Amino acid sequence: MNFKDNIHNSINLFRQNKILAFLTMLGIIIGIAGVIVIISAGNGAQSLITNQIKSQGSNLVAIFPGNGEDEGPPVSVMGIVITTLKYDDMKALKDPLRAPDVLDYTGYVRGSANASWQGNKADTSYVGVSASLPFIEDTAVQAGSFFTAEDENGLQKVAVLGSDVKKDLFNDRDPINELVKIGKHSFRVIGVMRERGTAGFTNQDNQIYVPITTAQKLLSGINYVNFARVKISDETRIDAAMDDIKEILRERHSIDIGAPIDFDVRSQRDALNALFKVTSAVKFFLVAVAAVALLVGGIGIMNIMLASVQERVREIGLRKAVGAQSRQILSQFLVETVVITSLAGIVGIFLGIFVSYLLSLIVQSFGYDWTFSISVFSVLLSVIVSSLIGFIFGLVPARRASRLDPIEALRYE
Amino acid sequence: MKNLIKIENLKKHFDNDGVITHVLHGVSFEIHQGEFVAIMGPSGSGKSTLMHILGFLDKLSEGKYFFDGQDVSQLDDDLLANMRSQKVGFVFQAFNLLPRTTVLDNVMLPLMYVKLTGVERIKRAKEAIESVGLGHRIQNLSNQLSGGEKQRVAIARALINQPSVIFADEPTGNLDSKSGLQVMKILQDLNLRQGHTIILVTHEKYTAEHAERVLRMKDGLVIADEKVANRILADGASELAK
Repeated sequence: MNFKDNIHNSINLFRQNKILAFLTMLGIIIGIAGVIVIISAGNGAQSLITNQIKSQGSNLVAIFPGNGEDEGPPVSVMGIVITTLKYDDMKALKDPLRAPDVLDYTGYVRGSANASWQGNKADTSYVGVSASLPFIEDTAVQAGSFFTAEDENGLQKVAVLGSDVKKDLFNDRDPINELVKIGKHSFRVIGVMRERGTAGFTNQDNQIYVPITTAQKLLSGINYVNFARVKISDETRIDAAMDDIKEILRERHSIDIGAPIDFDVRSQRDALNALFKVTSAVKFFLVAVAAVALLVGGIGIMNIMLASVQERVREIGLRKAVGAQSRQILSQFLVETVVITSLAGIVGIFLGIFVSYLLSLIVQSFGYDWTFSISVFSVLLSVIVSSLIGFIFGLVPARRASRLDPIEALRYE
Repeated sequence: MKNLIKIENLKKHFDNDGVITHVLHGVSFEIHQGEFVAIMGPSGSGKSTLMHILGFLDKLSEGKYFFDGQDVSQLDDDLLANMRSQKVGFVFQAFNLLPRTTVLDNVMLPLMYVKLTGVERIKRAKEAIESVGLGHRIQNLSNQLSGGEKQRVAIARALINQPSVIFADEPTGNLDSKSGLQVMKILQDLNLRQGHTIILVTHEKYTAEHAERVLRMKDGLVIADEKVANRILADGASELAK
């Protein structure tokens, strides 16, 4: 009995009992499809996040207050308020002698606020930034203009609206020079940002940009910044610039060399790595769940194959009587299970690709930059895993079949 | 005539959890090539066990078994399987066809375990099916056949690997008399026209009398070894037998 005969045999069994074969395969189909979808969705989500971060420019360095671990996220993300990073620290970074690679900086002060205009209300957030924000974040206004360094120095009550906020408050009307209430204060609208989408977990279109000094004084009542971004002249200069920044800040904060610092300088690449770690952890957890589904599917197959051996005792006896050796019976049943699980794996792969594609269409329809991708690795892994399941869970039934005594098997009723 | 099977003082006992049952108490005989021998006896006489040992389905406990001049008393499982694959064909009382499988695939089954090309397998299977007169049923499924047809398929299957001997274990036991006669006619044809050696196991006197020689068994011993005096010849075989 060669391999081709075994395959032929297995396919015959499918023809003879389609429903049983399908039910046997179902667990594996679902498990494999799950693995494919999870890996595809995980890659999609990662691409979504990395695309957004990259869209802000790759030569950015972020500065957070507090000493974060290099491996983990910055401590300020955990909701701890640290007040040590001042706006003057940022200003000091723009020093062509000590930090020649720093092009410009912006601080950030964030808060939530209710904005209103003539009875139209928007539940939104304000972000106090420097005048250089459009340059730093590589964006621009679609109408009016962004505020200037003079506005910033003069603590002007001017605001630039995110495109969603503009829609909520003004709909199609021109908002320029209108007075918008943010909290208790009135701000004159001088510009509208172009659509920017979400970055990380914030919708950048649903916020109001105001000068950072105004935000600190009037809206937040603080004298520090939540974090800051610095634009570096060239990607290759990032490491050097980060060293310069650290040195300047350490000096300003009077921290000795070697002592723990009270700020955290991270490049975009660090941020990507941190996010990548989080999403990978989630992905592998989900893959582990799918693996459990595969295990259950495998046990189901073993169960059905054992029943099948029981049902086919006479056939096994007959095969032995006409000359089959024990190992030929063993390989017959093993091939059968492997064929079943491999077929199930292939069906699962197609189902998984189909579901992943649907998922990407759905996410894209919400306007996210989601890339549909199926990794060759996940497909290969699925094929290997499904055949391996067939092999492992087919072994027990196949051994049982091969050990049957031909005389007793032939007499079996 | 050449000696095909020779057994000397063959004994068989079964050990069921320490309880030893003696089934064959020392049987000796020879069967020549081209003979048609019936092994007859009541149930429990050991005739099935004897057939299983002669057909390489079981191992003997004591004594000697020579097949075609070769000592086959102590073969291991794989060698026994090889002997079954190359030297013997079986016809069972319960037909033992694969269910929901075509006549062709059923007949080809023994060839799955020998090295042959697909074309050669099909050619041989077709010849075997034709020889039992079922050429028109070749693509039918086994469960679409009558009992007599099923047994003829089983005979075709037994013939396909060109065995030295065919064992028929109560081949007519599950058949009506007409179909039974047809099966016996085919077996006689194979013996008389084509020179096949046939060993028939039965408890029916009528069936046994189609053979040329009868070994009567009782309580694990051969109690008589005689030529059939008035051999029954199925239709059409009579002239050749004379």
